[in-house]
Amino acid sequence: MSSKYLPTIGIETHVQLNTKTKLFAAVGNDAREVAPNTLISHICVGMPGALPVLNEGAIKLSAAAALALGTAPQKLSHFERKHYFYPDLPKGYQITQYQAPIIVGGHLHIDNNGQKKCIRIERANLEEDAGKNTHPAGADYSLVDLNRAGTPLLEIVSRPDLNSPAEAKAYARELWLLMKYAGVTDGDLYHGHVRFDVNISLSKDPDKLGTRSEIKNLNSFRSVEGAVTYEIERQTELLEKGQPVVQETRGWDEVQQKSVSQRSKEEAEDYRYMPEPDVPPVELDDKYIEDIEKQMPELPPKIRQELAKIKFDSKVIEDILDRPEAVALILKVLDTADSEATRRTAFWVLQSAGNPANLKADKVVELSKMVDDGKLSSTAGKTIFEEMIKSPETPDKIAKRLKLVQVSDESEIEKIVAEVITQNPKAAEDVKAGQAKAIGFLVGQVMAKSKGQANPEVAQKLIKKQLGG
Amino acid sequence: MDSWPAIDDMAAGVQKAELRAVDLVKRSLEKIDKSKEYDALISINKEGALERAEAIDKRVAKGEKIGKLAGVPFIAKDNFLTLSGKTTAASNMLKPFEAPYQATAINKLEAEGAICVAKANLDAFAHGSSTENSDFFVTKNPHDKTRVPGGSSGGSAAAVALSMVPFALGTDTGGSIRLPAAFSGVVGYKPTYGLVSRSGVVAMASSTDVIGPLSRTVDDAALILEVMSGPDELDSTTISRDKKPYNDLLPQIRGQKVGIIKEYFDEGLEPGVRQVVDDAIKKLKSAGADVSEVSLPSLPLALAVYYIICPAEVSSNLARYDGQRYGHFAKEARTLQDSYKLAREQGFGLEAKRRIMIGAHVLSSGYYDAYYKKAQTVRTKIIKEFEAAFLKYDFLVGPTSPTTAFKIGEKTSDPLKMYLVDIMTVAANISGVPAISIPAGMSDNLPVGFQIIGPQNSDRKLLAMAKAFEGLK
Repeated sequence: MSSKYLPTIGIETHVQLNTKTKLFAAVGNDAREVAPNTLISHICVGMPGALPVLNEGAIKLSAAAALALGTAPQKLSHFERKHYFYPDLPKGYQITQYQAPIIVGGHLHIDNNGQKKCIRIERANLEEDAGKNTHPAGADYSLVDLNRAGTPLLEIVSRPDLNSPAEAKAYARELWLLMKYAGVTDGDLYHGHVRFDVNISLSKDPDKLGTRSEIKNLNSFRSVEGAVTYEIERQTELLEKGQPVVQETRGWDEVQQKSVSQRSKEEAEDYRYMPEPDVPPVELDDKYIEDIEKQMPELPPKIRQELAKIKFDSKVIEDILDRPEAVALILKVLDTADSEATRRTAFWVLQSAGNPANLKADKVVELSKMVDDGKLSSTAGKTIFEEMIKSPETPDKIAKRLKLVQVSDESEIEKIVAEVITQNPKAAEDVKAGQAKAIGFLVGQVMAKSKGQANPEVAQKLIKKQLGG
Repeated sequence: MDSWPAIDDMAAGVQKAELRAVDLVKRSLEKIDKSKEYDALISINKEGALERAEAIDKRVAKGEKIGKLAGVPFIAKDNFLTLSGKTTAASNMLKPFEAPYQATAINKLEAEGAICVAKANLDAFAHGSSTENSDFFVTKNPHDKTRVPGGSSGGSAAAVALSMVPFALGTDTGGSIRLPAAFSGVVGYKPTYGLVSRSGVVAMASSTDVIGPLSRTVDDAALILEVMSGPDELDSTTISRDKKPYNDLLPQIRGQKVGIIKEYFDEGLEPGVRQVVDDAIKKLKSAGADVSEVSLPSLPLALAVYYIICPAEVSSNLARYDGQRYGHFAKEARTLQDSYKLAREQGFGLEAKRRIMIGAHVLSSGYYDAYYKKAQTVRTKIIKEFEAAFLKYDFLVGPTSPTTAFKIGEKTSDPLKMYLVDIMTVAANISGVPAISIPAGMSDNLPVGFQIIGPQNSDRKLLAMAKAFEGLK
């Protein structure tokens, strides 16, 4: 990357709200793995006489999004119609917000390898998604699925405050984390619940912006980073050759890791925005906003602070944040037990592929205590944690069922040690002669004889004691 | 019996088994059959209506309670979605359209035992003042077959005037209930915006569209409002209704402050119409009303405002008719663009195309501020002038139209002349207030409508006043 040019980057993010029903119709909102055109009503199809009725749940989630972005929702917002013809847009217009969106302003903080930066939010508007067109290969027709038509989206527009691929990636991830933790979205990136459009321009003069291109529909943090990296290289090359950058929309080819031109802005349509007469303006009062504030879950910045208190390093903290389903459990453990128990829980969570969302903190604390007390080996602790995700049994019962309870009772182990020494005189002699390796062998024999249940530390101690090693 | 009894009497008769719903429907169908030459109707629901009537009579025999409109036949303008038959909006675009759901207003009427016997003609998509813009045929005025019945609810007005039914449904976006009521000599009532759900009614201009009855008497209109009004979860612009029944009216004129709208009495007013309206005002005075002249200086701008906002909303509301999912589609199209262009070229008539073009123009970037935004500013000014006038007056009055029914073909070549027909009705729409047109007399053997306008949500009071006026004749 040439250092002559300063990249300026802004990101528009479409966040799919996890409401039960669509933005303007009482029809199910989760179109994942659902047969085409089964989540539709006369409203989604744009029948004559069908009127949109605003889903209050989407307003609540937008308000939560505003609070997560460090601002409050606008007390007065309204909807507009954005007109264009396309088969996935049944009414011939999209209901969106243009002049008075529900969020104006806000910000979030990114941490790019230790470099902290505040990224400002320009605005966020609430709007309905379109349906999905598919074009079967070789067919002379296209198919339209309207299941997604009318799904609520929050389009969050950042200010052009980002200046590198790494910053762009950090912003995308931080926004995703905030929306996920605030309960605004399921955040399923694979199903496109959060999609990023990235605007990039290069300029030598930090006070002047260059011509920008927009890479649309990126659905992972890595593709955001990749697209920005590629665009910077592509635009730099053009500028070096003295060629102009064309203002255009480009798509991202994930396989080839390059952007491809889609349409230039000269062909941009006139959307003929008009206030939506069928949906009254949205008015929110202080009480409404305060109530939502009270119900706000803990967000990543606060969680980072909490976890930093027990000296987790930042890499581990970020790994934990990437497992939102487990964070509540870890925080609960931190709340009720000591930092050792919390560390252990975090370790188990990060090692496990299972979803521990339903685990009770007190049971996990109990498990941790069993390891503390030497009743379980740390390996057994991990095994039982995995088992607890699947079974409602107490850790104690699972340990017994799986015969993982560690014997630390010296008198019991002493008997086994005595037997092992008798049966392995050669090794015993070696230990006496000061060969450390031989102790390991004898401990292994004790473990085998106890079917793995003897506490190996105790066994070692007793071997040494008996042989005077 | 040529005329229908009062609707509440009829429903009571059916409930007591003194009248049979089947006989009422048959009588309506006979009348419809005899009045074919007026071309008031697009489709007749003969079997369906008779079936419903039989079912109601059977329920009565079992002692069941039917409702406020037990067995009463009615006709709906063909822009109301109904489950039986087609809903065309008198357009080629929706000629083949069978609705998969029904308008809330129809549901409410049927829940009280009313029976929809037919769907009435209109200007296609309700664009017009004469029914001449129907893509199918022109309805004739019941008083003079060479003249228009008014529009756009012309078929509904003619149906009531011809006694096909005791009441019909219309929609009023710029005067489309009151104007045909005036031209055809019946009562036409436009309620406060939002009082009746628009769900399931083909939208024209969403911010002014209102649903209302055309009937022979004010009492009948009030009863229909009573049944249809109230909040609807399918229409978020609906408002809460009066707690008292709308048809429980105490007519009173004495002491009511009545303002005569000065701007409606300028040179454009036909002398014959002026004569009838002046007489009506005299009657009000002698009945004890406190009458004086009032000026609303921005009123002459109402029509201009209307013909910017209305086409803007029309162009948007008609965007869904793209030949992809229902209604007319262009079989011969080979590309997506062609299927849009041909379906809309073939499915829309001249007036729809004209309004789409005007609407798209006033909303386009670079023109929005000069047209649409400015029109909204003036709209607010007119609303404020009405509010100021209603601080001093209980009601405002004037003619419904400057002329009586005009000849078929007289204005079709000049769209501006046609738009001017709405000059006295649009103001109530752009300000959302209730208004009613009541037959007040004849001029050259043609009916003249007298218009009474009330403030927002004064519907009960307005209907009571209209009833009192009706009794003065």
